[in-house]
Amino acid sequence: MDGIRSLGRWVLARVERLGHASLFMLAVLAGTGTALRRFHLVIRQMHNVGVLTVLIILVSGLFVGMVLGLQGYYTLSDFGAESSLGLLVALSLTRELGPVVAALLFAGRAGSALTAEIGLMKATEQLAGMEMMAVNPLTRVVAPRFFAGLFSMPLLAAIFTAVGVWGGHLVGVGLIGVDEGLFWSRMQDGVDFQDDILNGVIKSFVFGFVVTWIAVFEGYDTVPTSEGVSRATTRTVVNGSLAVLGLDFILTSLMFGEL
Amino acid sequence: MVRRQTLELLVGLFVVAGVFALAMLAFKVGNLTGVDVTKGYTLKARFDNIGQLKVKAPITVGGVRIGRVAAIHMDENFYAIATLNISKQYGELPKDTGASILTAGLLGEQYVALEPGGDEEVLKDGDELTITQSAFILEKMISQFLYSKAAGSDAK
Repeated sequence: MDGIRSLGRWVLARVERLGHASLFMLAVLAGTGTALRRFHLVIRQMHNVGVLTVLIILVSGLFVGMVLGLQGYYTLSDFGAESSLGLLVALSLTRELGPVVAALLFAGRAGSALTAEIGLMKATEQLAGMEMMAVNPLTRVVAPRFFAGLFSMPLLAAIFTAVGVWGGHLVGVGLIGVDEGLFWSRMQDGVDFQDDILNGVIKSFVFGFVVTWIAVFEGYDTVPTSEGVSRATTRTVVNGSLAVLGLDFILTSLMFGEL
Repeated sequence: MVRRQTLELLVGLFVVAGVFALAMLAFKVGNLTGVDVTKGYTLKARFDNIGQLKVKAPITVGGVRIGRVAAIHMDENFYAIATLNISKQYGELPKDTGASILTAGLLGEQYVALEPGGDEEVLKDGDELTITQSAFILEKMISQFLYSKAAGSDAK
């Protein structure tokens, strides 16, 4: 009996938290106009969230592309289909790996920083101080960070994918010696702009929305102690990554499901 | 704190890099510059059997890609009807154009090859191709071959 009761309590607490997060998001979105009018705040946050994440995106994209090139070649050469290497690399990156891995890195690099920053602001009562001065922390602190994340994520995913394709080319054509013309022409034959590239961009938008939402909410909702901030940061990375992977499955089945 | 000008410059560079990456994906990786079938016309082709033909498979004339398969469905007599999207830039095909489903390579994907005839009249939007040849099905060919072999040895 006690077990069932605690299960019920757990479910109710989750649902309540989801409701809190949704109301919080609505409040942030309600301040969209004010936040976008003070665009220099968004730009400053885009530096923190986007520009500083570029390096890890570049390096991981390059290596993911290079590994895809190597692994793809070993498998494809069994079937005498090395010429499809470019297609394999490009399709895996544009459809899945680009948006997903970029979003996971984004959650780890930028999401955790957002949560920690907002959480510490709350713990040191800066947010309460703003309210005292009749400044709404949702539009002054949270909204610029949210929009910076929303705008940065698709750009980061595009950079990741492009660098990954280049990495695959580096290994496939440069190292292994797949024919350069076939590599590109098979790729261009098989990759569709709307179905593959645009769907990847839509995915990265959704991931950017969800990860940044989780990050700013966890920061804003943190227990204002050092332990609370550390827990909130962990939750951002864990829940953000899980949300990305789960949503990816749903989006993929919606986008590529029917033939 | 980074100075404001530097910061704006960095963010600007970041946005340019992102847009550039997207453009590279669209033009170099994707086929945005490829055959434009949105400004084309559609034909229908009726086949007994379409084999492994899929939506989006290429349509070629003499090996040159001129369009793609838009849809595949079945009519009331259980014939497979493939809707073909053909780009306008390659002129009009004669009325007695034949369509056959071929395979690229031994195990490659299947595509529709059109063979223009010599008719004066041309195909218009929505017309149906009547001269068609079904997909090559390996299992059928093997069983036919074995059957004719067996029949041949019996006759001796």
